[in-house]
Amino acid sequence: MKIDIEYISKLAALSLSDEETMIFLPQLNQILEFINKLNECDTQDIDPTFQVTGKINEFRDDIPQDSLSQKDAISNANQTKDGYIVTKGVFDEST
Amino acid sequence: MNLHNLTIREIIEGYTLHKFSSTELFAEILGHIDQNETKINAFITNRTTEEIFSDVTDNLIAIPIAHKDIYSTQGIETTAASNILKGYIPPYNATSVKRLSTNNFITIGKLNCDAFAHGATGENSDFGPTLNPYDLTKTPGGSSSGSAAAVAAAFVPVATGTDTGGSIRLPASFTNTVGIKPTYGRVSRYGVIAMTSSTDSIGHFTKTVWDNAYILSKTAGFDPLDATSSHEPVPDYLLEIDKRINGVKIGIPREYLLNIDSVILNKFNEAIDILSHLGAEIVDVSLPSTEYAINAYYIITPSEVSSNLARFDGIRYGFDRSKFGQEAKRRILIGTYCLSAGYYDAYYLKAQKVRTLIINEFKNTFKNIDVLLAPVSPIMPPNIGELTNDPLKLYMMDVLTVPVNLAGIPSLSVPAGFDNNLPIGIQIIGNYFSEKLLYQIGQAFETETQYYKQTPKITERNNE
Repeated sequence: MKIDIEYISKLAALSLSDEETMIFLPQLNQILEFINKLNECDTQDIDPTFQVTGKINEFRDDIPQDSLSQKDAISNANQTKDGYIVTKGVFDEST
Repeated sequence: MNLHNLTIREIIEGYTLHKFSSTELFAEILGHIDQNETKINAFITNRTTEEIFSDVTDNLIAIPIAHKDIYSTQGIETTAASNILKGYIPPYNATSVKRLSTNNFITIGKLNCDAFAHGATGENSDFGPTLNPYDLTKTPGGSSSGSAAAVAAAFVPVATGTDTGGSIRLPASFTNTVGIKPTYGRVSRYGVIAMTSSTDSIGHFTKTVWDNAYILSKTAGFDPLDATSSHEPVPDYLLEIDKRINGVKIGIPREYLLNIDSVILNKFNEAIDILSHLGAEIVDVSLPSTEYAINAYYIITPSEVSSNLARFDGIRYGFDRSKFGQEAKRRILIGTYCLSAGYYDAYYLKAQKVRTLIINEFKNTFKNIDVLLAPVSPIMPPNIGELTNDPLKLYMMDVLTVPVNLAGIPSLSVPAGFDNNLPIGIQIIGNYFSEKLLYQIGQAFETETQYYKQTPKITERNNE
């Protein structure tokens, strides 16, 4: 089983340089081989564990609480305008 | 008296007896850091003396602390040791930072680590590696490299860290410090940059067991801002910490003793003899699924990493994704692959089933014994640069620490001696929420051995 690095990097929104691809490809296949050892482990009829706390839900009372101010919330944004964060257009690739 | 060598317990005592003031303590410690930090590279960000003293002057019982740079600290740059977050100033504090600061702990800086806590040596930092205070050619272990080194070098009596797969216990064992990986959910994860959400544990490094228990008593407890934090009441960890360990049943899991460096095994056997001499009953136990833990961990971790790092889009904070370092990219790629259509069942789901096996084995074992005792690292601290080009070898350094994280149980790493002046640690592993018992055993062992008194000689080594 070989990893399709071009497809996976696109899914992960990572643009890799040719050099990075050259470095990563053998490493990633080596890591996959390493984790494939799990196939030796018999897990028939075993349920998966996704979290260990045993908690189901955690609710709080539905009352307003303090939160970050708008100014603080956007204080680290690359670009802001009128109290909003400026980002790329979703539908128009040129913006 | 070198004030920087004091433990938290000694600092509190010193204040009570008016032996020194908080400004004297901080001035001495900041001077010590000034003299030695360039040799160690423990810090990414140092607050200025003026900033620190503005907090200390009115606080007569202030204690210095530094935080791993993946803890959000309001108004203090937080980089996760990655260029992607360079310049990021959190607008809020992590819950543990907040709890410690309301308990008179004054942040003096932010500590180096592997970027996003991915690594076992600290060398994945974009801010250069941290060096081991006991031997400047060696790594202090990672990912909480700066935290371990800062406590070992006596820059601070306590430093925070995170243990997702061993990132507190491993560096603690390499630096003669005490490191706790609490039960999952014991300490709030809120405000700590997420790595593997289902195993991230919030802990700390100290010089002694008593200090470690003291800090956990401040950070532990339910937090409405972290839904996975536990409502389990927090016991008084200090109340019976000196209790004798007569009759405590300690299991030695034989799978943890395979392929271990012989000098580590020797110290481990010495530790068993000491605990046995202190009255503990030693029992041989077997946890057969241990051999799969590392493989399961390196599916679960990259999968959750790929999801957690998806939020780094360069829009709300930080730079664009090209600024991720190599290890973050590797983990994102592996995780994305494991979670992608057609592979989910074979990898992520399979790993979570193996996790169930590991948990069941721990639970069954704890029916017959009180704690497990194991080495922390299979190898002695590697040289700086020795393993950087071999991701798999680095992953294997976690082989003895990840089972605990997959199960969510607590483990305390305590110093167990030296080989050739390099520290060796052991871990005491307990059932869920058994931190109090771990501290009692750690305290009994430390009282007998007192390895913490062997501090590194950073200056002398550099004068050689």
